[in-house]
Amino acid sequence: MGEIFNVLLLQNTLRTATPVVLAALGCLLTQHVNITNIGIEGMMLIGSFFAVLGSYLFSSWAAGLAFAMGAGLLLGLMYYVLVIRFQSDEFIIGVALNIFAGGLTVFLLRTLFGVRGSFSGPGIDPLPQIVLPGLEAVPVLGDLLSGNTLLVYVSWLLVPLLWAFIYRTPAGFHLRAAGEYPDALTACGKSPDRMKCLASVGCGILSALAGAHLSLGYLLMFSENMSASRGYVAFACVIFGRGNPPLVFLAALLFGFISALGLRMQRYVPSDITAMAPYAVTVVMMAVTVLWGRRRKASKGC
Amino acid sequence: MSEATEIIRFERVSKQYPGVLANDCVSLSVRQGEVFALVGENGAGKSTLMNLLYGLQAPTSGEIFIKGRKTGPQHSPQAAMRMGVSMVHQHFKLVPGFTVAQNVLLGMEPRRGPFYDQRRAQERVRELSEEYGLKVNPSDVARDLSVGLQQRVEILKALRTGADVLVLDEPTAVLTPQETEELFEVIRRVVARRGMTVILITHKLPEVMRVSDRVGVMRRGRLERVLETAQTSEREIASLMVGREVLFDELRTAQPAGETVLEVSSLRAYNDRMLPALRGVSLSVRAGEIVGVCGVEGNGQTELAECVAGMRAPSGGQVRLSGRDVTGQSPRAIRRAGLSYIPEDRMSMGMDAKASVWENLLLGKQRDGAFCLGGIHLRRGRVRRYAKELSRAYDIRLSDVDEPAGALSGGNMQKVVVAREFSFDSPALLVCQPTRGVDIGATEFIHRHILQKRNQGCAVLLISADLDELFRLSDRLVTLFEGEVTGCFDAGSISREEIGYYMTGNREVKAP
Repeated sequence: MGEIFNVLLLQNTLRTATPVVLAALGCLLTQHVNITNIGIEGMMLIGSFFAVLGSYLFSSWAAGLAFAMGAGLLLGLMYYVLVIRFQSDEFIIGVALNIFAGGLTVFLLRTLFGVRGSFSGPGIDPLPQIVLPGLEAVPVLGDLLSGNTLLVYVSWLLVPLLWAFIYRTPAGFHLRAAGEYPDALTACGKSPDRMKCLASVGCGILSALAGAHLSLGYLLMFSENMSASRGYVAFACVIFGRGNPPLVFLAALLFGFISALGLRMQRYVPSDITAMAPYAVTVVMMAVTVLWGRRRKASKGC
Repeated sequence: MSEATEIIRFERVSKQYPGVLANDCVSLSVRQGEVFALVGENGAGKSTLMNLLYGLQAPTSGEIFIKGRKTGPQHSPQAAMRMGVSMVHQHFKLVPGFTVAQNVLLGMEPRRGPFYDQRRAQERVRELSEEYGLKVNPSDVARDLSVGLQQRVEILKALRTGADVLVLDEPTAVLTPQETEELFEVIRRVVARRGMTVILITHKLPEVMRVSDRVGVMRRGRLERVLETAQTSEREIASLMVGREVLFDELRTAQPAGETVLEVSSLRAYNDRMLPALRGVSLSVRAGEIVGVCGVEGNGQTELAECVAGMRAPSGGQVRLSGRDVTGQSPRAIRRAGLSYIPEDRMSMGMDAKASVWENLLLGKQRDGAFCLGGIHLRRGRVRRYAKELSRAYDIRLSDVDEPAGALSGGNMQKVVVAREFSFDSPALLVCQPTRGVDIGATEFIHRHILQKRNQGCAVLLISADLDELFRLSDRLVTLFEGEVTGCFDAGSISREEIGYYMTGNREVKAP
């Protein structure tokens, strides 16, 4: 058992969880303005492609991040314009975005890099690993908390920051009001649409960063459909955590843990089953959320 | 009073909507420090006039002056507020999950650095609430408040910028008599203490008589007359509103009731949010009587009606119709067992607004041999003749029975529903909010028909949010609070104030 449950497992947990955390933090912004955004899957995929592109072209991870964030910003704006301005159905647009992302990245992969399936190469500059001096030497904790790539720390910082923004600042109130009861916001002269735009763009950028972590964090490559439904998992985490950043973070960690565990169980269990585990757990999590919600409501009413 | 200064003036204001002249050359002046009631039937143009004042829409022609200053073409709610005019809308605009303080100060929250300053916000709301004598707890969550309290929060929100003209749009529509009384206290207080001007949009005449100094009566977009309240009567206002004499006579004639037709015992049910909505409701309706169910909206009336009609499955208890147990049966089976049903929402449940009037009138009889050959072929000629007859009998104003029912006015739509349901000659009638959004003329007509049904020996269960209607029609009254029956009274044995007491959860002491 020691081979499975060791520090490496926890390390892998953090690594696998990070893209889900970032995407989920983005998704919870749109959730608060009452947009059910399933397009984060596509936003993530496009983000990871542009991260590789930027990093490759300029041999700089910073350029990679800038490319990813730029692409995310545009996608967020596009999503906002289609869903809020043109009043299209948010699901249809989300699905369309995901399909578009799959096609676009395959197309660009061929035209720009002239390859099929995946692109990797020495020219891609990876995200820096950050060593926390002092912590590094501490056993276990040092292994876990130090030496991760940049975006891991960014995601950790964002959890309390987003929480404070949403629940402790006037702008956060307006964001939530735009989702809960937009008329109230309109009545006092504020525009709910502006908050929705902000959330949508924020979601695009964070999802693209999640993608950048996938392609520049550890693997240094882009491959077709490399987001592998993590966007949907992130969405489930948001529902599970009821849009509250710390809870959403924990949900994403749980997903990461199951994934990492699955990977290590492959020696004992057929890999089909272990690969299925994180998604199966997601389904169970959703079921639990729904049942919970129902019981809470029922007990509140009595 | 006549010496008081003018604060708002409308000068020959008109508003043209496509096909409708909503305001027709209205000239009106409101004085500072008065309570001005604006009355009129639905569609008379009173809300439109106030929307123009508040900058929600622009007038087609004419001018509006606030404190002597003309409103510009760029007039907006923000501009109106800056000029001192605030409006409390009929539908509250509160964020349910926010606290009172967050709601009152939405959009102008006090900050400390980038953060919301909760302490100062609560202080500010406390100050406001003391200044105007509107007691609220700043840290309560809006969704947990009663409707009356929510309205208070809404008024505070309107007053937060120091407005001196307050427009209240149908403020008492959802209030209990006690809450209404409290609201009137507040109105009197802000007028007396702070010299505010209050404009009250309403169609409830007793309230006009009680709080207003002057009353403006609107009809079909025109301002018919402005009267000093002290020198007029409800009857005069009503006839100005309708354009003819309205009979406010006692419609009821006592008659002995027959045997029990509809019986509900210990009925339990959940609402759509899976919360218990009915907690053991028992009542019975005998042939030839009208039992009225009173309650503040959301206390189980809707679920009671749906359970009786078969639209919602009860979780316990029984519904008996003419001695037969029909609990949980399908709406169709229950109709066959002898129930006709006028649902509370005619647009979504009472009719198909897109379908023609004849189709709507036929509904429920489409399998009838008189209208249908062999269950497959509709005999259109007969059906249309029948629809025309029915339209005539129920005075439904339409150009043709082929026109879509949704194109009719609210009153005529409701008459379509009433005509259809009453044409079944069922022994039991379930009537929900029969005159909601219906003008006075049609209301009178529908009331007369309900009474006629009762006199023919029908058992009528009437559910309404309109106390005047319940008092006017019911032989017995049942009060419902949070899904339980809190009292049962013979009409005439209880006053409105008393019934309000039971509607807010106080239980009857003696056995019914």
